[in-house]
Amino acid sequence: MNQKEPLSKRMKLSWREMPFAGIMFEPGSSVEYKTGDWRIERKPQIDGEKCIRCFICWIFCPDVSIKRVPKPYKKHIESVEVDYYHCKGCGICAAECPVNAIEMIEESTDVP
Amino acid sequence: MVVLKNLSTEELYAPGHRLCAGCGPSISIRMALKAARGPIAVVNATGCVEVSTTIFPYTAWRIPWVHALFENQAAVASGLEAAYQSLEEKGKRKGKVDIIAVGGDGGTFDIGIQAISGMLERGHDIVYLCYDNEAYMNTGIQRSGATPRGAATTTSPAGKVIPGKRGKKKDFIGICAAHGISYAATASIGFFSDYIDKMKKAIEVDGPAVVHVIAPCPLGWRSNPTETVKLAKMAVLTGLFPIYEVNDGIYKMSMKLGRLLPIEEYFKLQGRFQHLMKPEWKNEVEEIKKDTEKHYKKILRLAGEKIT
Ligand SMILES: Cc1ncc(C[n+]2csc(CCOP(=O)(O)OP(=O)(O)O)c2C)c(N)n1
Ligand code: SF4
Ligand code: SF4
Ligand code: SF4
Ligand SMILES: [Mg+2]
Repeated sequence: MNQKEPLSKRMKLSWREMPFAGIMFEPGSSVEYKTGDWRIERKPQIDGEKCIRCFICWIFCPDVSIKRVPKPYKKHIESVEVDYYHCKGCGICAAECPVNAIEMIEESTDVP
Repeated sequence: MVVLKNLSTEELYAPGHRLCAGCGPSISIRMALKAARGPIAVVNATGCVEVSTTIFPYTAWRIPWVHALFENQAAVASGLEAAYQSLEEKGKRKGKVDIIAVGGDGGTFDIGIQAISGMLERGHDIVYLCYDNEAYMNTGIQRSGATPRGAATTTSPAGKVIPGKRGKKKDFIGICAAHGISYAATASIGFFSDYIDKMKKAIEVDGPAVVHVIAPCPLGWRSNPTETVKLAKMAVLTGLFPIYEVNDGIYKMSMKLGRLLPIEEYFKLQGRFQHLMKPEWKNEVEEIKKDTEKHYKKILRLAGEKIT
């Protein structure tokens, strides 16, 4: 299998070759499906200085699109980042952030 | 108490699934998996979560996962538990696999209830998780036994004659507790610490356990996706969805509310209740308030709390 090709191409999808009972052998393969292009109008932007690393945005994101990354800042050992390839722009992270460190900004074409 | 920074960053549930932006059930699944203590397998009934996490050829699950039918997730989970046990007895595999059976409110309150009752009565070591978005959402918002009174759905529309769904929400946890199981609880995705703790307890219990979690659906509730978590909290604070545990038949409130938040505050944020804001249905709102208080007091009484 050519790993560079998308899953839909890598797998043989004709009815003869389809896996029995539609069994999927690649756990979490949905990451290859970029739901970030569902976003319309706005996307979250995190202010790393305001952020108190409480991870509330992280626990509430329905799209696993707030990532905890090992980037130290002051006394913190981790930071949070947005995965714009999958974020659907629901705005829950911004609504729930206790210190308003997330702003929903207008979507632009230069960032993924 | 769950401390977020101590929770695993391992994601057993991947992004790229096709649930709507701001989907409450999606949050409920991700949080439930954060309670895992080791290997875990999920049996999923038909519904939004099942359909949208496994659109062929993709899957959002990083754990063994089985799609059952709409009505038999509890039966399939029972079989799976027996199969693991048998493999262990034959020395073919070692170590416990925790099994979670997941169903929506339609698949739980109405269609799957017979198999769930069987699973509870036979005493399988399974956690049954019902994510409740209060209607059959995947097929376009039909009312279920979990739809609250007054909510407009496509099969309980609000018009001149009726103001949305007639009748109440079924007491599913009461039904489960009546089977004499060791653990049953209600939770809200809005209160993540309480919810994840309850999932942990449910997993630890030897034998069947049930968790019923309220998970707002912006599509069916006709609410702003940004407000999914806010609504999940308000459902609890209005008394419409009290959160509590039943440990071996003993009720315990998880949150003591001094005064209930006026339900109008909650209703006005959702399209499914908009008709109730009109003067002609003022009486209906009063009736819903009475029902809500009555149910809330019933739970308080069961939990041995003072009723004010
Ligand atoms: C026996 C059966 N009847 C009807 C359907 C069609 N169906 C698929 S999903 C669904 C709605 C599921 O509702 P619920 O369990 O509340 O989950 P939700 O979609 O709200 O997440 C229905 C009616 C089916 N798959 N099987
Ligand atoms: S906007 Fe929604 S999908 Fe995007 S990161 Fe925030 S919570 Fe996640
Ligand atoms: S919720 Fe706000 S403060 Fe907390 S981690 Fe996220 S951005 Fe930082
Ligand atoms: S219809 Fe509701 S439950 Fe289904 S994916 Fe959309 S928001 Fe989630
Ligand atoms: Mg439902």
